[in-house]
Amino acid sequence: MKKLMKSVILSLALTMSLSTALVGCGSNNETAADSSASGSTQVESSASSSTEAAPSSTAGVSGSATAVGSSALQPLAEKAAQIFMETNKEANIQVQGGGSGTGLKQVSEGGADIGNSDVYAAEKLPEDQAKALVDHKVCVVGFATVVNPKVKVDNLTKQQLIDIFTGKITNWKDAGGDDMKIVIVNRPSSSGTRATFKKYALDGAEEAEGMALTEDQSGTVKKAIADTDGAISYLALSYVDSTVKALKYEGIEPKVENITSGSYPIWAYEHMYTKGEPTGVVKAFLDFMTSDEFKPTITELGYIPNSEMKVSRDN
Amino acid sequence: MLKNKNMKSRYYYFKHEYSGKFAVTFFGMFLIILTLCLVVFIATKGLATFFNNHFSPIEFLFSTVWKPDRAPANGGPAIGALIFITGSVLVSMLALLMSTPFSVAVAIFMTEISPKLGKKLLQPAIEVFVGIPSVVYGWVGLSVLVPFIRQNLGGLGFSLLAGSLVLCIMIFPTIASVSADAIRAIPRDYYEASLALGATRWQTIRRVIIPSATPGILTGIVLGLARAFGEALAVQMVLGNTIRIPRSPLDSTINMTSIITMDMGNTAMGTVWNNALWSMALLLLIMSFLFIVLIHRIGNKGGSK
Repeated sequence: MKKLMKSVILSLALTMSLSTALVGCGSNNETAADSSASGSTQVESSASSSTEAAPSSTAGVSGSATAVGSSALQPLAEKAAQIFMETNKEANIQVQGGGSGTGLKQVSEGGADIGNSDVYAAEKLPEDQAKALVDHKVCVVGFATVVNPKVKVDNLTKQQLIDIFTGKITNWKDAGGDDMKIVIVNRPSSSGTRATFKKYALDGAEEAEGMALTEDQSGTVKKAIADTDGAISYLALSYVDSTVKALKYEGIEPKVENITSGSYPIWAYEHMYTKGEPTGVVKAFLDFMTSDEFKPTITELGYIPNSEMKVSRDN
Repeated sequence: MLKNKNMKSRYYYFKHEYSGKFAVTFFGMFLIILTLCLVVFIATKGLATFFNNHFSPIEFLFSTVWKPDRAPANGGPAIGALIFITGSVLVSMLALLMSTPFSVAVAIFMTEISPKLGKKLLQPAIEVFVGIPSVVYGWVGLSVLVPFIRQNLGGLGFSLLAGSLVLCIMIFPTIASVSADAIRAIPRDYYEASLALGATRWQTIRRVIIPSATPGILTGIVLGLARAFGEALAVQMVLGNTIRIPRSPLDSTINMTSIITMDMGNTAMGTVWNNALWSMALLLLIMSFLFIVLIHRIGNKGGSK
């Protein structure tokens, strides 16, 4: 009987905590991803501690912070958090995915301390909300046009690429290759990768819908390209391997040197947004991400450190 | 002394009677409140498209133009969801068409033709099917089914057919096990009466068993349909997600759950785009309500027979 009482009490406690989490979720209008009880307490404590911990040196900062958003930036942010917490034992940095839109919304509403995004905040949020956010460009990601290895084309001009993605060219023979149907593999229209590719490679041309396959993961895109004859898509440089063929753009190879020198234009900043100027542990973490100490890790994971860029962009 | 004893027995009475009753009632109420909260939440989010952003439900339901990222200067965001709705309906219906004969046949085989084999082999096999996570179905579909269709039937492989086949396998255990239960529930007298009248075994199955089990079988079919409608991951992986209405089973297409999963994280809450996704979620919820109502009506019809 004692056992029964125990289990009843335990389950009651569980229900209570669950319902408080739900109530909290409803009032804050947070996304479902944050509805777990631990998640909501995490956010609260981080908000209070990050303000308290303001006067601190870079060594041994304490407090906790959450970074939510872009899945493209997630591996780098996680690695940075791991190294950062090794040197700052008192600090606790939580990194979550969820997508750029989620990250920006969360940071704008105070649900997270840092919002990770592939695109500028103004492209996702209403103007007034975007203005309250401070942009921290932590690194650069390059993208390559990739095709199935059977495609006998090594280079595409900007015009050819636009014609392919808008559906004007539908066969590789019209782009200097063999007689083979072109199969476009796109990202969902909300994706940051697609937005970057559309802006810098296609000059903003609206892609033809209704002819392209759509995959939302870099891994699935790669598999579809490798398996499908005549397929074309775009991938972050860190995902390009021997199963797919990376094309030159306007005769320039998608390589780190060409991106840093500014001759290859298909790249984008990865952003970490904070609401207002960062303080305490958040500031220390952001400083660490752009520090020289962290640079080798950025390169190792396939991103490009900001300091190596010889060109810059404002939007 | 007496008072003390009385207290003690009261305590025991409380322990034995009320604590359990309280816990059960509490959890029951909690579940009801949770369901209501979910419905209200999805409804408020889903209706925002029409009340806050002032899009017409007619446009949402019947337009094929889905351009939520188009700038207002070029004609504003367009959120016609007809392609996704059609995709969902087509892929589930095709799955149902392929799965139903198969599932009902299996149910008859394992209950009537060979109950022993059914219990020893088929029942566990069906249970295994239920336990396989949908990402595994999707992955197998992507690695085996898609190349198979591409090489043998043509097209890209990513297709309506691939989506339906994956779903067909996923809803098969639901339909088969519900149908089998319905057949098992038929009173023994029915068989005996039929056999006593000189009917053969197959005649009994066809003319007596299947008609009497029809409400149960229909319930299984509707449950399968509900599952097919709501499945996201496995279908998304093999459907190709091309925003168009398919002209043949070998064309790639997209459904409601796929567009929701692909776009939800990348759009900020409160924007027209995100609200349109919530509207589709609301539509899925309404569909599942309709299916549940349908199941109840079928159940009632069976009961009154």
